[in-house]
Amino acid sequence: MQINNKFSMNVMAKSANEGFARACISAFAAQLDPTLEEINDIKTAVSEAVTNCIVHAYKEKIGKIYISGELCENNIIRIKIRDAGCGIENVEKAMEPLYTTVGGERAGLGFAVMQSFMDTVRVRSALGKGTTIVMTKKISRRISLNA
Amino acid sequence: MSVEIKVSGETVTAYLSGELDHHSARAMREAIDNAVELNMPSRLVLNFRNISFMDSSGIGLVMGRYRNLKKTGSELCITETSEQIYRVMKLAGIERLAKLEGR
Repeated sequence: MQINNKFSMNVMAKSANEGFARACISAFAAQLDPTLEEINDIKTAVSEAVTNCIVHAYKEKIGKIYISGELCENNIIRIKIRDAGCGIENVEKAMEPLYTTVGGERAGLGFAVMQSFMDTVRVRSALGKGTTIVMTKKISRRISLNA
Repeated sequence: MSVEIKVSGETVTAYLSGELDHHSARAMREAIDNAVELNMPSRLVLNFRNISFMDSSGIGLVMGRYRNLKKTGSELCITETSEQIYRVMKLAGIERLAKLEGR
Protein backbone atom coordinates (compact mmCIF):
# COMPACT_ATOMS: atom_id res chain seq x y z
CA MET A 1 0.00 0.00 0.00
CA GLN A 2 1.31 3.41 -0.98
CA ILE A 3 2.05 5.70 1.94
CA ASN A 4 1.58 9.43 1.39
CA ASN A 5 2.57 10.72 4.79
CA LYS A 6 3.78 9.34 8.08
CA PHE A 7 4.57 10.40 11.62
CA SER A 8 5.95 8.52 14.56
CA MET A 9 6.59 9.47 18.15
CA ASN A 10 6.94 7.98 21.57
CA VAL A 11 5.57 9.17 24.87
CA MET A 12 6.02 8.11 28.46
CA ALA A 13 3.20 5.86 29.66
CA LYS A 14 1.59 8.54 31.82
CA SER A 15 -2.11 9.19 31.84
CA ALA A 16 -1.58 12.88 31.01
CA ASN A 17 -0.40 11.69 27.58
CA GLU A 18 -3.77 10.11 26.74
CA GLY A 19 -5.13 13.52 25.77
CA PHE A 20 -1.85 14.45 24.10
CA ALA A 21 -1.96 11.33 21.90
CA ARG A 22 -5.56 12.09 20.91
CA ALA A 23 -4.66 15.64 19.98
CA CYS A 24 -1.71 14.45 17.85
CA ILE A 25 -3.67 11.82 15.96
CA SER A 26 -6.55 14.16 15.23
CA ALA A 27 -4.18 16.85 13.94
CA PHE A 28 -2.50 14.28 11.68
CA ALA A 29 -5.77 12.73 10.46
CA ALA A 30 -7.10 16.21 9.63
CA GLN A 31 -5.06 16.03 6.42
CA LEU A 32 -7.61 13.52 5.06
CA ASP A 33 -10.44 16.00 5.68
CA PRO A 34 -12.48 13.65 7.87
CA THR A 35 -15.92 14.41 9.26
CA LEU A 36 -16.23 15.30 12.93
CA GLU A 37 -17.63 11.83 13.55
CA GLU A 38 -14.67 10.16 11.87
CA ILE A 39 -12.21 12.25 13.90
CA ASN A 40 -14.05 11.34 17.09
CA ASP A 41 -13.97 7.64 16.16
CA ILE A 42 -10.20 7.76 15.64
CA LYS A 43 -9.58 9.74 18.83
CA THR A 44 -11.68 7.32 20.87
CA ALA A 45 -9.91 4.24 19.48
CA VAL A 46 -6.46 5.75 20.09
CA SER A 47 -7.47 6.77 23.60
CA GLU A 48 -8.43 3.16 24.36
CA ALA A 49 -5.20 1.73 22.97
CA VAL A 50 -2.99 4.22 24.79
CA THR A 51 -4.91 3.72 28.05
CA ASN A 52 -4.41 -0.05 27.70
CA CYS A 53 -0.64 0.50 27.55
CA ILE A 54 -0.74 2.55 30.75
CA VAL A 55 -3.19 0.42 32.72
CA HIS A 56 -2.13 -3.05 31.56
CA ALA A 57 1.19 -3.17 29.71
CA TYR A 58 3.14 -1.05 32.17
CA LYS A 59 1.49 -1.86 35.46
CA GLU A 60 4.67 -1.64 37.51
CA LYS A 61 6.71 0.96 35.66
CA ILE A 62 6.43 3.89 33.32
CA GLY A 63 7.62 2.60 29.97
CA LYS A 64 7.38 4.08 26.51
CA ILE A 65 4.41 4.01 24.16
CA TYR A 66 5.30 4.13 20.45
CA ILE A 67 2.65 5.72 18.28
CA SER A 68 2.73 6.10 14.52
CA GLY A 69 0.28 7.09 11.85
CA GLU A 70 0.29 6.64 8.09
CA LEU A 71 -1.90 8.20 5.46
CA CYS A 72 -2.27 5.55 2.78
CA GLU A 73 -3.83 5.44 -0.67
CA ASN A 74 -7.63 5.44 -0.92
CA ASN A 75 -7.92 7.82 2.03
CA ILE A 76 -7.04 5.16 4.60
CA ILE A 77 -5.37 6.06 7.88
CA ARG A 78 -3.31 3.36 9.56
CA ILE A 79 -2.37 3.78 13.21
CA LYS A 80 0.09 1.68 15.12
CA ILE A 81 0.36 1.71 18.92
CA ARG A 82 3.08 -0.39 20.47
CA ASP A 83 4.40 -0.98 23.95
CA ALA A 84 7.26 -3.04 25.33
CA GLY A 85 5.27 -4.07 28.39
CA CYS A 86 4.04 -7.32 29.88
CA GLY A 87 2.14 -8.62 26.84
CA ILE A 88 -1.29 -10.25 26.72
CA GLU A 89 -1.59 -13.89 27.73
CA ASN A 90 -4.75 -14.58 25.76
CA VAL A 91 -5.52 -12.00 23.08
CA GLU A 92 -8.83 -13.60 22.11
CA LYS A 93 -10.03 -13.46 25.70
CA ALA A 94 -8.75 -9.91 26.18
CA MET A 95 -10.80 -8.78 23.18
CA GLU A 96 -14.08 -10.10 24.58
CA PRO A 97 -16.37 -7.23 25.59
CA LEU A 98 -16.56 -6.67 29.37
CA TYR A 99 -13.53 -8.88 30.02
CA THR A 100 -11.02 -7.13 32.26
CA THR A 101 -8.17 -8.29 34.43
CA VAL A 102 -8.02 -5.21 36.62
CA GLY A 103 -11.64 -4.84 37.74
CA GLY A 104 -12.44 -1.72 39.71
CA GLU A 105 -13.64 1.01 37.44
CA ARG A 106 -12.38 -0.38 34.16
CA ALA A 107 -15.29 -1.46 31.99
CA GLY A 108 -13.43 -4.01 29.87
CA LEU A 109 -14.56 -2.33 26.67
CA GLY A 110 -11.29 -1.03 25.24
CA PHE A 111 -11.00 -3.49 22.36
CA ALA A 112 -14.76 -3.44 21.70
CA VAL A 113 -14.59 0.33 21.24
CA MET A 114 -11.58 0.05 18.94
CA GLN A 115 -13.30 -2.60 16.84
CA SER A 116 -16.53 -0.70 16.69
CA PHE A 117 -15.00 2.67 15.76
CA MET A 118 -12.28 1.53 13.34
CA ASP A 119 -12.54 -0.61 10.18
CA THR A 120 -9.84 -3.11 11.14
CA VAL A 121 -7.99 -3.84 14.39
CA ARG A 122 -5.07 -6.27 14.56
CA VAL A 123 -3.40 -7.26 17.81
CA ARG A 124 -0.01 -8.91 18.11
CA SER A 125 1.32 -9.71 21.55
CA ALA A 126 4.11 -11.68 23.17
CA LEU A 127 4.32 -12.28 26.91
CA GLY A 128 7.07 -10.25 28.49
CA LYS A 129 7.84 -8.49 25.21
CA GLY A 130 4.87 -6.25 24.53
CA THR A 131 1.85 -5.63 22.39
CA THR A 132 1.27 -3.98 19.03
CA ILE A 133 -2.10 -2.75 17.84
CA VAL A 134 -2.60 -1.81 14.19
CA MET A 135 -5.86 -0.12 13.29
CA THR A 136 -7.11 1.25 9.98
CA LYS A 137 -10.00 3.41 8.96
CA LYS A 138 -11.10 4.62 5.57
CA ILE A 139 -12.03 8.27 5.61
CA SER A 140 -14.99 9.16 3.43
CA ARG A 141 -14.19 11.56 0.64
CA ARG A 142 -16.33 14.59 1.14
CA ILE A 143 -17.58 16.25 -2.02
CA SER A 144 -15.06 18.90 -2.89
CA LEU A 145 -16.28 22.43 -3.56
CA ASN A 146 -14.96 22.53 -7.12
CA ALA A 147 -16.22 19.07 -8.12
CA MET B 1 -11.88 18.77 33.97
CA SER B 2 -14.38 19.87 36.58
CA VAL B 3 -17.53 18.72 38.33
CA GLU B 4 -20.19 21.13 39.49
CA ILE B 5 -22.73 19.77 41.94
CA LYS B 6 -26.28 21.03 42.33
CA VAL B 7 -28.70 19.67 44.90
CA SER B 8 -32.44 20.03 44.52
CA GLY B 9 -34.68 18.08 46.89
CA GLU B 10 -33.87 14.38 46.53
CA THR B 11 -31.85 14.89 43.36
CA VAL B 12 -28.11 15.48 43.03
CA THR B 13 -27.01 16.66 39.61
CA ALA B 14 -23.35 16.50 38.66
CA TYR B 15 -22.45 18.76 35.74
CA LEU B 16 -19.33 17.23 34.25
CA SER B 17 -17.03 19.17 31.98
CA GLY B 18 -13.83 18.66 30.02
CA GLU B 19 -12.49 15.37 28.65
CA LEU B 20 -13.50 12.17 30.40
CA ASP B 21 -10.71 9.64 30.05
CA HIS B 22 -8.67 7.38 32.32
CA HIS B 23 -6.61 10.44 33.33
CA SER B 24 -9.53 12.56 34.54
CA ALA B 25 -11.94 9.83 35.66
CA ARG B 26 -10.60 9.45 39.18
CA ALA B 27 -11.07 13.10 40.19
CA MET B 28 -14.55 13.15 38.66
CA ARG B 29 -15.48 9.96 40.44
CA GLU B 30 -14.31 11.34 43.80
CA ALA B 31 -16.25 14.59 43.37
CA ILE B 32 -19.44 12.71 42.48
CA ASP B 33 -19.07 10.16 45.28
CA ASN B 34 -18.46 12.89 47.86
CA ALA B 35 -21.66 14.65 46.84
CA VAL B 36 -23.63 11.41 46.95
CA GLU B 37 -22.30 10.50 50.38
CA LEU B 38 -23.08 13.95 51.72
CA ASN B 39 -26.62 14.26 50.30
CA MET B 40 -27.84 10.66 50.04
CA PRO B 41 -30.05 11.46 47.02
CA SER B 42 -32.74 9.14 45.68
CA ARG B 43 -31.69 10.22 42.21
CA LEU B 44 -28.28 11.04 40.74
CA VAL B 45 -28.15 12.88 37.42
CA LEU B 46 -24.92 12.94 35.44
CA ASN B 47 -25.03 15.80 32.97
CA PHE B 48 -22.65 15.42 30.00
CA ARG B 49 -23.44 18.70 28.23
CA ASN B 50 -19.91 20.06 28.69
CA ILE B 51 -17.98 16.82 28.19
CA SER B 52 -16.04 17.31 24.97
CA PHE B 53 -14.69 13.76 24.74
CA MET B 54 -15.32 10.43 26.42
CA ASP B 55 -13.84 6.96 26.01
CA SER B 56 -14.67 3.72 27.84
CA SER B 57 -13.31 5.23 31.08
CA GLY B 58 -16.62 7.11 31.15
CA ILE B 59 -18.45 3.79 30.97
CA GLY B 60 -16.44 2.59 33.96
CA LEU B 61 -17.45 5.75 35.80
CA VAL B 62 -21.15 5.27 35.02
CA MET B 63 -21.10 1.54 35.90
CA GLY B 64 -19.29 2.23 39.17
CA ARG B 65 -21.86 4.89 40.20
CA TYR B 66 -24.68 2.54 39.21
CA ARG B 67 -23.29 -0.18 41.48
CA ASN B 68 -23.03 2.22 44.41
CA LEU B 69 -26.53 3.65 43.94
CA LYS B 70 -28.10 0.23 43.61
CA LYS B 71 -27.14 -0.54 47.21
CA THR B 72 -29.45 2.23 48.43
CA GLY B 73 -32.09 1.78 45.74
CA SER B 74 -31.33 5.15 44.18
CA GLU B 75 -31.80 5.93 40.51
CA LEU B 76 -29.15 6.96 37.98
CA CYS B 77 -29.94 9.27 35.12
CA ILE B 78 -27.70 10.40 32.26
CA THR B 79 -28.49 13.57 30.35
CA GLU B 80 -27.31 15.69 27.43
CA THR B 81 -24.85 13.27 25.83
CA SER B 82 -23.30 14.30 22.51
CA GLU B 83 -23.47 11.94 19.55
CA GLN B 84 -19.94 10.62 20.24
CA ILE B 85 -20.67 9.98 23.92
CA TYR B 86 -24.02 8.40 23.12
CA ARG B 87 -22.35 5.92 20.74
CA VAL B 88 -19.89 4.81 23.43
CA MET B 89 -22.76 4.48 25.94
CA LYS B 90 -24.85 2.44 23.49
CA LEU B 91 -21.95 0.12 22.78
CA ALA B 92 -21.79 -0.65 26.50
CA GLY B 93 -25.55 -1.11 26.84
CA ILE B 94 -25.73 1.62 29.48
CA GLU B 95 -29.44 2.14 28.80
CA ARG B 96 -30.03 -1.07 30.75
CA LEU B 97 -28.54 0.51 33.88
CA ALA B 98 -29.47 4.13 33.65
CA LYS B 99 -32.06 6.37 32.08
CA LEU B 100 -30.65 8.19 29.07
CA GLU B 101 -32.49 11.48 28.76
CA GLY B 102 -32.45 14.71 26.82
CA ARG B 103 -30.02 14.07 24.01
